[in-house]
Amino acid sequence: MNLEILDYAFMQRALLAAVLVGITAPAVGIYLVQRRQALLGDGIGHVAMTGVGLGFLLSWSPVWMATAVSVVGAVLMELIRWYGRTRGDIALAMLFYGGMAGGVMFINLAPGGSNANLTSYLFGSLSTVSESDVTAICLLAAFVVLVTIGLRRQLFAVSQDEEFARVTGLPVRALNLLTAITAAVTVTVAMRVVGLLLVSALMVVPVAAAQQLSRSFAATFAISVAIGVSVTIGGTVTSYYQDVPPGATIVLLTIGAFMLLTVAATPLARRRARAAALVAAREAGDPAECAIPATRTPTGKVGV
Amino acid sequence: MTNESGTPAADPRPPVIALRGVTAELGSRPVLRGIDLTVHRGEVVALLGANGSGKSTAIRTIIGQVPVTGGEVELFGTPRRRFRDWARVGYVPQRTTAAGGVPATVTEVVSSGRLSRARFGVLRKADREAVRHALELVGLADRAKDSVDALSGGQHQRVLIARALASVPELLIMDEPMAGVDLASQEVLAATLREQVAAGTSVLLVLHELGPLEPLIDRAVVLRDGCVLHDGPPPRALGQHALPGHDHVHPHAAHNAEPIRTGLLS
Repeated sequence: MNLEILDYAFMQRALLAAVLVGITAPAVGIYLVQRRQALLGDGIGHVAMTGVGLGFLLSWSPVWMATAVSVVGAVLMELIRWYGRTRGDIALAMLFYGGMAGGVMFINLAPGGSNANLTSYLFGSLSTVSESDVTAICLLAAFVVLVTIGLRRQLFAVSQDEEFARVTGLPVRALNLLTAITAAVTVTVAMRVVGLLLVSALMVVPVAAAQQLSRSFAATFAISVAIGVSVTIGGTVTSYYQDVPPGATIVLLTIGAFMLLTVAATPLARRRARAAALVAAREAGDPAECAIPATRTPTGKVGV
Repeated sequence: MTNESGTPAADPRPPVIALRGVTAELGSRPVLRGIDLTVHRGEVVALLGANGSGKSTAIRTIIGQVPVTGGEVELFGTPRRRFRDWARVGYVPQRTTAAGGVPATVTEVVSSGRLSRARFGVLRKADREAVRHALELVGLADRAKDSVDALSGGQHQRVLIARALASVPELLIMDEPMAGVDLASQEVLAATLREQVAAGTSVLLVLHELGPLEPLIDRAVVLRDGCVLHDGPPPRALGQHALPGHDHVHPHAAHNAEPIRTGLLS
């Protein structure tokens, strides 16, 4: 195998960034999927555009600026979720599109800036990942890994059942905020590799793909990270040899992995359903004669 | 025990739950209009009432999910805001499923209930043992490694109860634990609860009808329109009390149920 790809410094940086994205995006995404906020990452991606624009306008690092703005945006979204029950989605819509419009506005106000600068952030561009970008990505990724693995039991409990988590004495609001902030940080980690508009796919699709195989949360986590790393490396290498955009390649590979696993898992699911039906049939062995019909066991679907 | 000093004369220990004149609103609509509710140690209290009478909201003010607009909530003699000893409380929310958006095994879900006793979320051997024991109590030890998605409705409820029992609580708060539960699971749940009560656990549970739990209930509190309508021994024909049209007013409950209070306090 020819490893000349590793001889180029820009490709080393690109591959390192890709691996980190492959780990962090599904690691955060799993909690978002668990709490049924799969598209939160997409919203944060829109808001991060304002950060990129501001970075260009003020000649600061777009990555750090995007991090700051998307963290503020994520906190705002979480606050809207708490307080703005009735008008919540309107407020979210304004935040998303305001963030996008702000990005376009600021970048065009920046000296010499145009939408072309924005494109590499919208769809990812590995070849332009700079030394300082890599430093930022490494630091941010370390934070994400620390939170998502170190606090996995707490985040699992809060994402599974917020009301119950409150009664275990967990700081539910703080953990919700932390999830939102971690998601925001992940968006900026992934921004240079897959782009702001495609970030959410890498957070959600590997988790969905892993679910086809797994029965436990721990396995879903491990498999989705494995899928994430495989597709980001695969996409990066492909884009090097074939001159195709890395972000789009990665996302299409992820969707391909999802379809592959779905097809592969069908016989597995069938076997499990059969086993479950057998257990259910065994348990419903002595049906009570005078049972109230509405509260009978739903064991009718013993399809073999 | 905790920092209680001004305790009632009859029982040296404070009640496990004390609500005094609690009012609460859901989106500016008053749901609780000043309810008093006490659960003493070792007592099993059923909270009854029609849909929309405020049963679930009352439970949620106790755990802090719904903020109170007036009155006091105390747990084990400590105001709820300062209460930190959550391992003493087991909670079963009103749910038809134990599943979230991602697959999880029965053990993983029940382990969440142990977090109140685990430091920094690290589960030690004793914690795993407690989780296993909680699963045995509800008769699901053999399903420990199965995904909760593969369970029946009644088994979901048993998982939620095992999760509440995992911290070995002194007080169980349950919101409609029998809703959507098949007969076999209802009997398992009743037996589990019987064991807990025999071991001295206090219980507050929201019920629509007493069913197989009837022999366990010491006292029933009936709510209607956010007021306490009845507080005393469980009435005979309980199903009737739960109906909105039920007109059996208990005059002695009047001091507990002053709708005017809402206006003064909020």
